[in-house]
Amino acid sequence: MRLIPREVESLWTLFTAPVIWAGHFLAAYIGAAVFCAKQDLLPFGFGGVRAYIAAITLLALAGIVLAGFLAWRQWGFGAEDPPHQGWSREDRRRFQGFATLLLCALSLVAVVFTAMPAIFIAECNP
Amino acid sequence: MLTSSPFLAGCAGIQSALDPAGVEADAVAALFWVMVAGAAVIWLAVMGVLYYATRRDRVVHSETFAGRVILWAGAILPTLILTALLAYGLSMMPRLRPWDARAAEDAPLRIEVVGEQFWWRVTYHRDGMEPVVSANEIRMPVGERVTFTLRSADVIHAFWIPSLGGKMDMIPGRENTLTLEATKAGIYRGPCAEFCGSSHALMALAAVVMETGAFDEWLARQAEPSPGVGENEAGRAAFLANGCGACHAVAGTEANGTIGPDLSHLGSRVTLGAGIVENSKAGIGRFIAETDHVKPGVRMPAYRALPDEEIDAIAGWLKGLE
Repeated sequence: MRLIPREVESLWTLFTAPVIWAGHFLAAYIGAAVFCAKQDLLPFGFGGVRAYIAAITLLALAGIVLAGFLAWRQWGFGAEDPPHQGWSREDRRRFQGFATLLLCALSLVAVVFTAMPAIFIAECNP
Repeated sequence: MLTSSPFLAGCAGIQSALDPAGVEADAVAALFWVMVAGAAVIWLAVMGVLYYATRRDRVVHSETFAGRVILWAGAILPTLILTALLAYGLSMMPRLRPWDARAAEDAPLRIEVVGEQFWWRVTYHRDGMEPVVSANEIRMPVGERVTFTLRSADVIHAFWIPSLGGKMDMIPGRENTLTLEATKAGIYRGPCAEFCGSSHALMALAAVVMETGAFDEWLARQAEPSPGVGENEAGRAAFLANGCGACHAVAGTEANGTIGPDLSHLGSRVTLGAGIVENSKAGIGRFIAETDHVKPGVRMPAYRALPDEEIDAIAGWLKGLE
């Protein structure tokens, strides 16, 4: 078993981080909405929602960091500078790696911004 | 001075978020000024860089240097600034919104405001008193936290007194809660802030912030019928004979309609017709006769068929209800 996934040549890896971001966003907002609608039936308070959001945030950030590392590797660890616009297969690979890395950075910030309200807001709005 | 004065006119007055008279409005104004100051600094910095990049004897930098500038000034710095602003904005939310519904319910003064096309139904719930019904005006004591329960009877309206605090929608089928604490006595204005129909722009309310003692005296007077009810016999008779009481209530008479605004103390309100007409005998007469012109789309029909003397008598009686 490999600890770090083997490099695959597929366009789909480009979307890993944005998909994690979207999943985290939905999980956070839907989770909080369900809790606030059903809080009388649930055995835990809003602290439970904050802990849940903290957990999915750490999970999402870990996933994005891993995707970012793979993208960095695909880019060749920055051995060459962008824009990688040659005709070769190597250029195509590096271009995709660099684009994926940038999307990972964007998604990382977005996940942190999505989770930030849970730091300040401690109750459901009546 | 002459050129800037039209722009500065919006910075003060009875309906300005930049001239705060409440704890919440202070926080909103502070947020605004922080944003303005921050935006000014960033604008100056960008203009400085623009000047640097376009001046005639410019130095050519290496691509590595340019890449670093883009990374730090174009990505990392903006992210840090946005993170700080987001944290500042979010940290204000618990203070601007009442998160604890039970605490809001137990407030010593709760004012229930229902938005209707195109006026406001107002009910005061003061500790140890029967609810007091009024309309188109809210009065509150200075320095005391007041809870507002906001509802709508028809379409979406929004309750917003910029001098006192932020805006909150009134949504049919929902009950929204807002708390406000005024810090300066005075008369402020709150427009309906969500398009609600043809007379949306003609739907406003006066917010009168009073000293605590004066407020309690005022509320006690509101709980009783106005002394003016017994005066101006002809006006009262005309009011009742023309069926005004089917829609409007006047405490101390048989008029007990609840479709339109309560008129029990109409004479002492700051404005008439939800903030659009001067509260005078002539104003009341005009509202009765030309309702459809004064307030298009309102449910009350125009009573221009009534003889002038009768309108005059009704207006005189209503103005006397203080």
